[in-house]
Amino acid sequence: MTHLTGKNRLFGVFATCFGSIFLVSGCTTEPPKPDTVTIAMLAEPPDLNATKATDSESFFILGHVMEGLTRAGSDGKPSPAVAESWEITDAGATFTLRSNAQWSDGKPVTAHDFVYAWRTVVDPKNASEYAFILFPIKNAEKIVSKKAPVDSLGVLALDARTLKVTFEKPCGYFLSLTSFATYFPVREDFHQLHGERYGAEANTLLYNGPFRLTQWVHGASLKLEKNPTYWNASIVKLNAIQIPYITPDLSAQLNLYKDGKIDLVSLGKNTLKTAMQERFKMKKYSDGTVFYLEFNFAEGRITRNKNLRKSIQYVLDGEEFVGRVISIPGTLVGTSVIPTWIAGKNGLFREDYPIQSVKPNLALAKHHLAEAMKELGLKTPPTLVWLTGDSPGASKEAEYFQNLLSSKLGITLKIDKQIFKQRLAKMSAGEFDVVSAGWGPDYNDPMTFADLKTSWNENNRGRWKNAQYDELIRKAQSTTKNTVRMDSMAAAEKILLEELPILPLYERSVIYTQSDWLANVGRRAVGFDPDLTTATTRDETAKN
Amino acid sequence: MFKYALKQIAAGIVTVFFIATATFTAMHAVPGDPLSKGKAIAPEVRKNLEAKYGLDQPVTKQYTMFLTNMVKGDFGISFTQANRSVNDIIREHFPISAILGLFAIAVAAAGGILWGSLTALYRNKWPDKLIMLAVIFGVSVPSFVVAALMQLGVTALNKHFGLQLFAVAGWGGLTHAVLPAVALGLSTMSFLTRLMRSSMLEVVNADYIRTAKAKGVSSTGIFFSHQLRNAILPVITVLGPAIAAITTGGFVVESVFAIPGLGRYFVQAVQQLDYTVIMGLTVFYGAYLVAMVILVDIVYGLIDPRIKVGKASG
Repeated sequence: MTHLTGKNRLFGVFATCFGSIFLVSGCTTEPPKPDTVTIAMLAEPPDLNATKATDSESFFILGHVMEGLTRAGSDGKPSPAVAESWEITDAGATFTLRSNAQWSDGKPVTAHDFVYAWRTVVDPKNASEYAFILFPIKNAEKIVSKKAPVDSLGVLALDARTLKVTFEKPCGYFLSLTSFATYFPVREDFHQLHGERYGAEANTLLYNGPFRLTQWVHGASLKLEKNPTYWNASIVKLNAIQIPYITPDLSAQLNLYKDGKIDLVSLGKNTLKTAMQERFKMKKYSDGTVFYLEFNFAEGRITRNKNLRKSIQYVLDGEEFVGRVISIPGTLVGTSVIPTWIAGKNGLFREDYPIQSVKPNLALAKHHLAEAMKELGLKTPPTLVWLTGDSPGASKEAEYFQNLLSSKLGITLKIDKQIFKQRLAKMSAGEFDVVSAGWGPDYNDPMTFADLKTSWNENNRGRWKNAQYDELIRKAQSTTKNTVRMDSMAAAEKILLEELPILPLYERSVIYTQSDWLANVGRRAVGFDPDLTTATTRDETAKN
Repeated sequence: MFKYALKQIAAGIVTVFFIATATFTAMHAVPGDPLSKGKAIAPEVRKNLEAKYGLDQPVTKQYTMFLTNMVKGDFGISFTQANRSVNDIIREHFPISAILGLFAIAVAAAGGILWGSLTALYRNKWPDKLIMLAVIFGVSVPSFVVAALMQLGVTALNKHFGLQLFAVAGWGGLTHAVLPAVALGLSTMSFLTRLMRSSMLEVVNADYIRTAKAKGVSSTGIFFSHQLRNAILPVITVLGPAIAAITTGGFVVESVFAIPGLGRYFVQAVQQLDYTVIMGLTVFYGAYLVAMVILVDIVYGLIDPRIKVGKASG
């Protein structure tokens, strides 16, 4: 008997321990605060120094707390921001800054802040990766390669409110660049004060945008609060944007959404199913990214053979691929490297220059393959090295093509699955026949896609080279005349579609869900996303 | 004892040096490049970046530079977070992993010792069978599955009761730590339970227990002063490495529960080939593990008076 009581006592001690943990933790509920939006981020912004930032997380925060000469609307068109007016010619641009644009310490934003920022971006000492986006400005490229001094950059502050930019050559899309984070102003005294720590913490950054970053606990949370010194503060309805969670795990994010902890969540292939079962209201938007197969044109690669590329084009059924492999509603079948959403002369580029989509045709595919084998001197259908990423989606895609090409054409695929950095290394080294790749826009002009396959573009991993295409892109890059630019790019696009150095697969669509009371959230392809600048929360009763 | 400790520490330093060298070699042998991004960098920009990180120097020079800085305690600046030093990352995020790890260890050790003792005391009765079944579950289900399941369960629970029993994710108070600590500590707890059970079984039937009973010592007294003290030794042996593993190895759990610990940075660094962070964290983890093993050796000697480390090793 004594034994038993002893053991029972042990049980009792144990039960009490666990019970008390339960009690202590069972009493914290926070009511949602009015005019506050809470979201989770996939990763922490690595760098809030706008002269160096390269990733979408940093751009998201910077877009809310800083502002450039112009601001991109949800249609991607630039509207006046720090600059209230401008004049653009073939030689350059002159911006007039508004008098009430202020830094968060109350001092005015001046033309000098832009000169200082842009010089910092191209300064070789700063080693900014996005320096290339300033290359339309005179001497920028030379300064980066140490062939010209930093102060020779073609930008001058004529007075505190007038900024004069000289172009390297006429640039028709310069205005759309000025809303980009790399073009944001930096105040010299503040930047010098903090040196390497500029933008590393919430208090080592100066703000001139709709919000201020008031709290940043690395890896854990960020808080943005309305900036009272913002010149256009009346359009900002939110008091704060809370980001208390940082996790790349989409299931965890959906659980947080289900638990009422966050107000906005993007859905992946797996979480989409759960969201559908829960009957969440779903929305979609295009994030602007185009995906395609890129063929290798290095000496000795069989993918140099045009008939081989054509046979792959004709065997692919884009509708089936998008429906069965990508299976995210709203995904568009890819028709070109220039996506359907991008603006052209007046309306959309695609409406100005329609293209015929290629229908799958097995007979034609077989015909092209036979031609290719004849030209290559092959007795049996070839084997291709297919370079791809290590995500489940990338594997599914590669296996789809493996099955398709072997069953329809007898082509064997050797799938080379690599993690991100190794895949990049192999792409740069040209160790592939076909690589599955994608491209997202940097600015709102077809040029951000159209120049991808130029012989001088480092992102042309397949090293395809076509003099006529290069010439057309060069022509489009050296004029501000919109019709000439668009016509040249459309002609260049035609060459791409005929020669097929890449085979377009799809235009990505993103599905997301958000709290019912949240409205006016901007989702878009160019610039920072989501845009909560003018977001509104309806009254509190609707929240519960 | 002092001499023994000194010897262990010297051996530890050599071990850490080998860890650093092996990591450096392996890291540079892996194909890929820390500067590459999805979008190619202009060649002239790349040159400037290489100069900034010293990648334009020959590898041998890079190695000596790294070692010199390491001795000074400076691991350099992260490639991916260009304005944060590796030291900052360790200083800000290791404490979080460590706190979570200590919670997990507390859960694992308390649970393991108690459950293990109970199974031994109730040998072959239903509590023993029930607990051992749970142990099989705990050992075989990986922590990320447990973490995801627990998160789902809590979401459903919170919804059902309409209140916040536990936080679904995030880091802050005790409510945030309970779920990840249990998820992280579960497999160690199961392992310790089994260890404790077998060790306890040996002790339960020992002669000195019978003697104690005959002397009329209460069962609680026997448990604490005789059985537990003798059976716990093997548990302490494995506890050292387990502490190091748990306080450093919670990446997936940290990711699921959005906890800003160091594990996440380590895995990201490996994926991104962030040379400085990989080197800094490997050396740090290595030194930490070595320190834990040395500590256990010393503690072992303190708990078991039969082990006289100083005399045994001269």
